[in-house]
Amino acid sequence: MNAREIPRFFAVTTLVLSLGLAAALSSQSPPSSSLAVLSREGRRAIPITMVADQEFVALDDLTTLFQLTVREDALGAITVSYKGKTIVLTPDQALASVSGRLVSLPAPPSRTNRRWLVPEDFISRALALVYDAKLDLRKPSRLLIVGDMRVPRLTARYETLSPSTARLTIDATPRAQSTVTQETEHLTVKFDVDAIDAASPLLPPQPAPGIVTGVRIVDPTTVAVDLGPRFAGFRSTSLTVDAAQRVVLDLVGLVQSDAAPSQPPPPSPTTAPGPPEIPAFGQPASAFHTIAIDAGHGGEDEGVHSADGAKEKDLTLTVARRVKNIIEARLGLRVLLTRDDDRNVPMDERTALANNNKADLFISLHANGSMRRTTTGAAIFCAEFDKDAAQAAATGGAERLPTFGGGSRDIEMVLWDLAQTRHLTQSEGFAGMLERQFHDRVPMASRSIDRAPLRVLESANMPAVLVELGYLTNPEQAKLLMSDVFQNTAAQAIFEAIVRFRESLAPGGTQ
Amino acid sequence: MISRRALTIAALATVAVVLGSLLWMRAPRITSRATPRAAAAPSPTAPAPPGRKIKARLFYVADDGMRLTAVERDIAYGEGATEQAREIVAAQIAPVVEPLVSAVPGGTTLRAVFLTEGGEAYVDLSRELVSAHPGGTLNELLTIYTIVNALTVNLPAVTAVQVLVDGKEVDTLAGHVDLRQPLAKNLNWVQ
Repeated sequence: MNAREIPRFFAVTTLVLSLGLAAALSSQSPPSSSLAVLSREGRRAIPITMVADQEFVALDDLTTLFQLTVREDALGAITVSYKGKTIVLTPDQALASVSGRLVSLPAPPSRTNRRWLVPEDFISRALALVYDAKLDLRKPSRLLIVGDMRVPRLTARYETLSPSTARLTIDATPRAQSTVTQETEHLTVKFDVDAIDAASPLLPPQPAPGIVTGVRIVDPTTVAVDLGPRFAGFRSTSLTVDAAQRVVLDLVGLVQSDAAPSQPPPPSPTTAPGPPEIPAFGQPASAFHTIAIDAGHGGEDEGVHSADGAKEKDLTLTVARRVKNIIEARLGLRVLLTRDDDRNVPMDERTALANNNKADLFISLHANGSMRRTTTGAAIFCAEFDKDAAQAAATGGAERLPTFGGGSRDIEMVLWDLAQTRHLTQSEGFAGMLERQFHDRVPMASRSIDRAPLRVLESANMPAVLVELGYLTNPEQAKLLMSDVFQNTAAQAIFEAIVRFRESLAPGGTQ
Repeated sequence: MISRRALTIAALATVAVVLGSLLWMRAPRITSRATPRAAAAPSPTAPAPPGRKIKARLFYVADDGMRLTAVERDIAYGEGATEQAREIVAAQIAPVVEPLVSAVPGGTTLRAVFLTEGGEAYVDLSRELVSAHPGGTLNELLTIYTIVNALTVNLPAVTAVQVLVDGKEVDTLAGHVDLRQPLAKNLNWVQ
């Protein structure tokens, strides 16, 4: 934020707060409030006076704000001038002559305490016709926007779809793009606009304990969705509905123990197409306890470099830590990182950590590189073996070996370098789930799932994939990859794919 | 007496010819096991020497950067499979100009090529293949399969290729593709 933006920040903050206050007081009578005037130069407020249930503003306030001149002649007519254009008002008449053209007003001008008051609509019906810049009066919000500013109106709706799922819908009108990210205690929806026009809180506090406890405005362009103790995950979708841009947050929560599991979910009352249903978290799952996350490269092995010096080893470690934090916080599973600092870990040690700890899933994180700077997109790799290797793995099996104290037992022999051959089907299943989670959130390569003889996957004795998050050799994508927004989004997508994979392994689950 | 001496000389000459022929037939394998003949590899920057040519498909990075694309080129004829393999690899790793982009790092030179009777080729490249490699799974796959496919596509007798660096076996080039075993032809990485 630069010095020029600081007054604007405070101004718009005040605007949002005042809008919230106005909304809170709107049910009271008589309202005593002000009209917020928002422009590139900042924010001003002019008082609103109620006269016979009509909202009026003082003409001299408008004079100061818009550099008008006001003259009252002997017959009582009021002439408002702006750059050679005139508006003539007549006491006791709900009309105005704007450059010779008559327009109606909801009420005639009113004189109070030696000041002329004009109906609020004077601004949109008369002043807007002569003023240089666009004047957008939003009476419900008590907001006047001067000039071409992007200030969409936000409306929100919260629906409980089932005991474990809910949907929050936020419409921005006119359309405005937004980005959803996850923080520790809340989701933030940041809009790419000058300001947002919304009451705060956007939604009243939700009954506790819930998935969401409230939705509020935290800064002039950002909405915060406060997460309740049952929150387990979310998926966001953006779609266009008429003149609005709609953000749909599908939220999932842990099922409460006293919730009736056989109760069918109520039909969704949504009016717009929503994203596919997401699985309920916290359902009984199979023995799926440990996940190994491999942050690719490290130490002297820096991996791919971007043109401005970003390193693959740093990106992979950051995303690995974020994935670990999300999984541990939401699922309570054990997460192993093959490295949690900047050091080089030999390839075999990475898989050995997963194998020795009997991890149920192995995910190796990487960033890609190409000889061509325009190559872009994320991709997911599974291991690939040649026919001889697959055959060798197939012929391996149990051997009867003597045990301590006499006797013998069957010991399963797994060829270290071919351990992954037994898990390829599940690895590909997980790759598909991950690809679906990535698809709408991060740029994908034209072929997003591939097989290759990748060293780090071959020895993994569990389902295993290698994720290429994108191309650091592509300058635009490098900036994206190193951003918090991307890293959180990727971590969230990986987390949700893990949830789905875990459920597919549960009794009755399918891949 | 003269005829007896002539017969002896003729017999010795016959034996010499037979032995020579046998040695010649085995020559590719034997010579390939000898100290790599760096001089035999044509300079990548020099034009192909005049003489007999063959057509070969060489591989370069496709426009989208995601795959390889095959380009047919005239390259020098090599006497025997090993010599021909050497010519193909040398042409493949030679510097190229736009619009072609090579997946093999610049500065990489060919040290030697060995062929086994089982159809496996061992391609020994200089350390620049690793030290100048920009990294990334896709880059590495394209680098490796440029070499593997250049030999397996053009020489039917070669069924798999293992890349060596500076005379030694390596785990990977940049941390991704397993190079501990010979890799078979894979056209999945070719458009």
